[in-house]
Amino acid sequence: MKQRWECLDGNEAAARVAYQLSEVISIYPITPASPMAEHADDWAAAGRPNLWGKVPDVVEMQSEGGAAGAMHGALQKGALATSFTASQGLLLMIPNMFKIAGELTPAVIHVAARTIATHALSIFGDHSDVMHARSAGWAMLAAGSVQEAHDFALVAHAATLRSRVPFLHFFDGFRTSHEINKIAVLGPDDIRALVRDEDVLAFRRRGLTSEAPVVRGTAQNPDVFFQAREASNPFYLAVPGIVRETMAALGQRTGRHYGLADYHGAPDAERVIVVMGSAAGAVEETVDTLVAAGERVGLLRIRLFQPFPADDIIAALPPTVRAIGVLDRTKEPGAVGEPLYLAMVAALAEAMDGETPPFAGAPRIIGGRYGLSSKEMTPAMIKPIFEELGAAHPKRHFTVGIYDDVTHLSLPIDSEFTTARPKGEVQALFIGLGSDGTVGANKASVKIIGEGTDQFVQGYFEYDSKKSGSVTVSHLRFGPEPIRSTYLIDQADFVACHQFGLLAKVNVLAHAKHGATFLLNSPYGLDQVWDRLPGDVQRSLVDKEIDFWIIDAFAVANEVGMGNRINTVMQPCFFHLSGVLPADEAIARIKESVEKTYARRGEAVVARNFAAIDRSLERLVHVPLGIAGAASVVSSPTEADPREFVRRVTAALIAGQGDQLPVSALPVDGTFPTGTTKYEKRAIAQQIPVWDAEICIDCGKCAIVCPHATIRMKVFPEAAVAEAPAGFKSKEFHSHDLPNHRLTIQVAPDDCTGCGVCVDVCPAKSKTEVRHKAINMEPVEDHRDIERPHWDFFQSIPQLDRSLLAHDTVKGSQVLEPLFEFSGACAGCGETPYIRLVSQLFGDRMIVANATGCSSIYGANLPTTPWTVNAQGRGPAWANSLFEDNAEFGLGMRLALDAQADHARQLLTRLAPVVGEDLVRDLLEASQATEGAIELQRARVARLREKLVAVDGDLRSEAQHLLTLAGDLVEQGIWIIGGDGWAYDIGFGGLDHVLSSGRNVNILVLDTEVYSNTGGQASKATPRGAVAKFAAAGKATGKKDLGAIARAYGNVFVAQVSMGASDAQTTRALLEAAAWPGPSLVIAYSTCIAHGIDMTRSMSHQKDAVKSGYWPLYRFHPSEIEDGQPFKLDSGAPTIPVAQFMATETRFAVLQRTEPERAAQLAVLAQADADERWRYYEQLAGIHRSVPHVPAEGTGSLERIAPGAGDEEP
Amino acid sequence: MSTTADLTTAYLGLALRSPLVASASPITGEPGTARRLEEAGAGALVLPSLFEEEVLHEEIEFNRSLEAGTEQFAEALNYFPRVGAFAGAADRYLARLEQIRRRASIPVIASLNATSAGGWVAHATRIQDAGADALELNVYRVAADPSRSAADIEAADLELIAAVRAAVTIPLAVKLSPSYSALANFAGRVVAAGADGLVLFNRFYQPDLDLEALEVVNRVELSQAWELRLPMRWIAVLRPQLGSGVSIAATSGVQSGSDALKALMVGADVAMMTSALLRHGPDHINVVEDQMRAWMAEHEYDSVAQLRGSASQAAVADPSAFERGNYMQTLHSWSTPSDLESGTAS
Repeated sequence: MKQRWECLDGNEAAARVAYQLSEVISIYPITPASPMAEHADDWAAAGRPNLWGKVPDVVEMQSEGGAAGAMHGALQKGALATSFTASQGLLLMIPNMFKIAGELTPAVIHVAARTIATHALSIFGDHSDVMHARSAGWAMLAAGSVQEAHDFALVAHAATLRSRVPFLHFFDGFRTSHEINKIAVLGPDDIRALVRDEDVLAFRRRGLTSEAPVVRGTAQNPDVFFQAREASNPFYLAVPGIVRETMAALGQRTGRHYGLADYHGAPDAERVIVVMGSAAGAVEETVDTLVAAGERVGLLRIRLFQPFPADDIIAALPPTVRAIGVLDRTKEPGAVGEPLYLAMVAALAEAMDGETPPFAGAPRIIGGRYGLSSKEMTPAMIKPIFEELGAAHPKRHFTVGIYDDVTHLSLPIDSEFTTARPKGEVQALFIGLGSDGTVGANKASVKIIGEGTDQFVQGYFEYDSKKSGSVTVSHLRFGPEPIRSTYLIDQADFVACHQFGLLAKVNVLAHAKHGATFLLNSPYGLDQVWDRLPGDVQRSLVDKEIDFWIIDAFAVANEVGMGNRINTVMQPCFFHLSGVLPADEAIARIKESVEKTYARRGEAVVARNFAAIDRSLERLVHVPLGIAGAASVVSSPTEADPREFVRRVTAALIAGQGDQLPVSALPVDGTFPTGTTKYEKRAIAQQIPVWDAEICIDCGKCAIVCPHATIRMKVFPEAAVAEAPAGFKSKEFHSHDLPNHRLTIQVAPDDCTGCGVCVDVCPAKSKTEVRHKAINMEPVEDHRDIERPHWDFFQSIPQLDRSLLAHDTVKGSQVLEPLFEFSGACAGCGETPYIRLVSQLFGDRMIVANATGCSSIYGANLPTTPWTVNAQGRGPAWANSLFEDNAEFGLGMRLALDAQADHARQLLTRLAPVVGEDLVRDLLEASQATEGAIELQRARVARLREKLVAVDGDLRSEAQHLLTLAGDLVEQGIWIIGGDGWAYDIGFGGLDHVLSSGRNVNILVLDTEVYSNTGGQASKATPRGAVAKFAAAGKATGKKDLGAIARAYGNVFVAQVSMGASDAQTTRALLEAAAWPGPSLVIAYSTCIAHGIDMTRSMSHQKDAVKSGYWPLYRFHPSEIEDGQPFKLDSGAPTIPVAQFMATETRFAVLQRTEPERAAQLAVLAQADADERWRYYEQLAGIHRSVPHVPAEGTGSLERIAPGAGDEEP
Repeated sequence: MSTTADLTTAYLGLALRSPLVASASPITGEPGTARRLEEAGAGALVLPSLFEEEVLHEEIEFNRSLEAGTEQFAEALNYFPRVGAFAGAADRYLARLEQIRRRASIPVIASLNATSAGGWVAHATRIQDAGADALELNVYRVAADPSRSAADIEAADLELIAAVRAAVTIPLAVKLSPSYSALANFAGRVVAAGADGLVLFNRFYQPDLDLEALEVVNRVELSQAWELRLPMRWIAVLRPQLGSGVSIAATSGVQSGSDALKALMVGADVAMMTSALLRHGPDHINVVEDQMRAWMAEHEYDSVAQLRGSASQAAVADPSAFERGNYMQTLHSWSTPSDLESGTAS
């Protein structure tokens, strides 16, 4: 039969089928399933019909719980419905899943299976999510490859309609969801052939209608519930048969034959591995190699997990089997075994207990765990499992892929073992930076090879944990046979390094095989390049006899106006050197691919790419190997850290050697030290800011906007620079309060991302050359060596006493030490300046509850953490619970803090006789309203601790308790931080409740107006007229006024801020929020890469948002004073139209270019939104309102902190 | 007083009901205001210029922003929904042109400023295909490159005019700057290269300095009536030189009926208006037409044809008045203000 081949990833493969077979698709973003929902939304926006000619209704909900609820409702009405999810998202769907299954409702949820957060969040793949859903009553079908994700999506939709049992169709997150593979795609006729009309019509007839009303979802009592629950048994019993039939029909049409459980291997195998999901590919390869070597081994691949097809599974096993190893990709702590293992044990026991036992003697069965959070599963890990199965007493509950030196469960890894690669296959590795287009080019190459030749192809892409300057590794395999290797390439025929600088950071040739080809993007020509290579790279080249080629891709890209996008320069070189296609044909196909991508967006980009392609091969140079020099000795940056953990574990993580760490090296409970980003020294900036002290006006603006805290301002006594290194710059600090002090603005040259925001906001210009500011971007190579010692010296200068300057000015706040630094956020991030400012103002006495999202990722994604401590060891304590519960999480912290402080005060009173009445009185009554007062209280607590240690006798126990609680006698703030996805959508219910609680928490909403972390999906904060994912046709409704909802409570301090528009107002608002003894909500306008703006001008966009009236600045300070005016409008009347602000951002401009009429209509409404809001806010500003309220219990004094702040306190 | 004078004129071979043409500005480019201009009596509309630079800049920047941050972070491989085709600046221009053309009953003239030889031709062809009645080439450049001589610049301009001429069949006007060193010579060569008419002159907006921000800023200054003098002189000079087969449009400073009349009398076929329309709105065309009619009635002119060119250099009593003599006479006619003469000025 004729097949149509396409290169797709697993997400698209599944989504294509799901879309065609659905009428209602309720969605919510979650990694790694989001692309399925994004495809559905894109297709619906483009008017693509489903199988019945109708465009499905694709609706974004406020959470996965909402998506499941909407899906449930649609199904009840008789509409075909689906959804896509993963991980915690699936967990939120479970209550509805029980209902949907209990009502025998056909439905499919497609899951890109992902780790559930436990001691840590992980976006990567394993089966912990789907295994958690197995009691909900859904059939569970596991796909192990991109082709299977496509085929089984159809099987699931067809079988659910036929069986009435809902299906959870899952495949491995990232490994399958993001792998691009060449697959045979199903046509509408294939789909129609499997999805029977009669099943669809029967389903629709069961839908609720007032023409034939029924009641569903009753409450039942002990008399009947149990029987009713058993009534559905026949439907579950029928499922395996139905799936078998559906798979058979699929096989008949497509030639792709699947069983519920398929055996592969020696017909007389004695040892068999049972596995589900993508790992089966690697096991299959291992089995083939071992069988070829004469070993009696096999693989049993489970496809239908529930209802567990025990008969099929037992029947599929060769009768010769003596030992079975069952592999689970999940962990259930405390369980007797993991789910697949337990199911196999039960199935085998029941079979052996039957009338005709299938085996002469019961095979031994052991279970093991592998691949949690996408840990690699390679033949080198699989072969030892077969060996273990042959042992006299094999290890039960083993693990593979790690070294467990604690409970000693792990099997060894046989690193010498490799499987034979298919003849004619080529494995290629590409190491690049995210920004250079390497991955995009490789995705294009996959399609060129896969769709343009007879070759099979696979592409898999690794990204690091940073959002700026991230390193990417592309793994491409192509060859004449279908590719089943579900693991990374470790014996590459071809290696390309797209960035010369990475040679020093990444062992790029580690996975090059002997005689491989190496292509390097080198700024150095033939005469220089060898000598510029690090010694270990030279050594690898020589030892492995590598064929070495270079090209100066940046030079070519610059010549044709492509900037740093070197993808189309490198791509022809790969094709040429790998020989996959003749040069001319390769060039023609690359051009065709470029044209396909860009032609409909204009000609200029196409022309530039073509020029790059045409020039590439002529600039490719072969380099003869030279003599290898000595390997470079790199000292670990963590060497000086006093913490052993940092020197040992963090150092290994930074070096990319986390896989080698044994179990004993890791914390048992996910607790990690803070303050480790400073060791990364990523040196990713091409340009860094350089300070000109002569021009500087001490304003502090450069420091307050810096997203990575890499521009610092310090004020110090003159003597502090007496021994400064030569060239260290400082200037007189102009302040009446602090005479004889100097000031320095210093860049951290290896931590700066080069975003340029500091230079953009610098207001001080040279009088003789206006383009020269007090701070200027300069090429890093000219300044790094100068600035490094200056930064080191700068850090050695003691911080100014916090109480010496008022904090309610930009300058005053920027003298404070940032306790959030060098995060992995995007260059120019609009969120991090707010967080850094909060850490400066309150960091030494704050606890952070951080919602999942960008801020939790750049805030705590290993290898390092940006939250840090001051010289006294104090700093923010930070924790993340979930996406949806962050407000409640933070409230819990407040409740605990209050309870503990109360308890401490109580104990203090009781212990007064031994501690001293005066000290107790001071501890209980002293004000903590100023920095100085806080320091005094800390000193009292220290004295208290000294006394408590000595307490003995009857009061000893109470003294010991007070010792653990004494720290809470110093006031601490709870900061609840998260993005708009959390605050406006998934976490809104909790946020609202916490606002209503009256408790003293500070909530900072970093409002980027989209779900930034998952790639820019619309939230209820997304403005009208903006194009975002899930609002591909432009959001029609206006942004929710979250502040208005909070203000309605009356006793909530609410501020709307925009640092780029008014850094001073932002600072004041944060101080007032912290000082307010009840709940505070600060909504911070945060520019984001998802806005489609030049991030260098991040602050200018923030300013324009305010100037246009789009984002008014205000503070709502609840007032108890009669005739008080609580609402203070801090920004002036709009001076530019909203359209002018919108015109500069791609999120709005997209619609103007794709649907100009709709864009124009929405723009008119957007202006009306702004006008109306302004009119309303202006009126609010004149309203006199007193808000009676009682401070919540346990929130301490109404007075709060910070010199200069809170002068408007009631 | 008769108000029935015949205002029809011909421009670029197009028959116009009135010599008052709304020249390139934001209001000619919007369908709503374009319609009001037509209703107010405009003889033709010249759309704002399509700038090739803007087309390219937008395309490059738009693609850049759509690709920014892509394929860098596993959770967010991109930040926008799939954007397939989008309307670039040129597409939007052509769509507007088509829309205005469909609604208008008067000629619609497109305007183009390109930077590359290929760009001039490609965009001119598309503009023709979109239905423009004529095309005005806005040959705007600042001759700031010290390595290029006046001859180089003239040669390049003539080359592009010839290339566009070869590519399109619709009438072609060339809008010139007054800064060519030998304008009379160059004007003839422009016509020889294929121009059907000249638009005199392009009025450049000069950059300004913002003293607070210390930044160079662009400021749009609307023209004043006195600015008509420069085109008047050159139209008067060129009209007899070029002959009646070449169309000439006067632009810059036409504010009132008398301005329009002067332009026509020195030899223009049409008087183009921009600043006055921006200042007073589209209906100002009507006012100017009334003023023209009133003057023509009072002075018993029957038609625009009658007065057109009646005061060109060839037709006036003292032709030298349009050349150097005019300059000298102007200086001689200047009398020093008395306060300066007495030295009392501070």
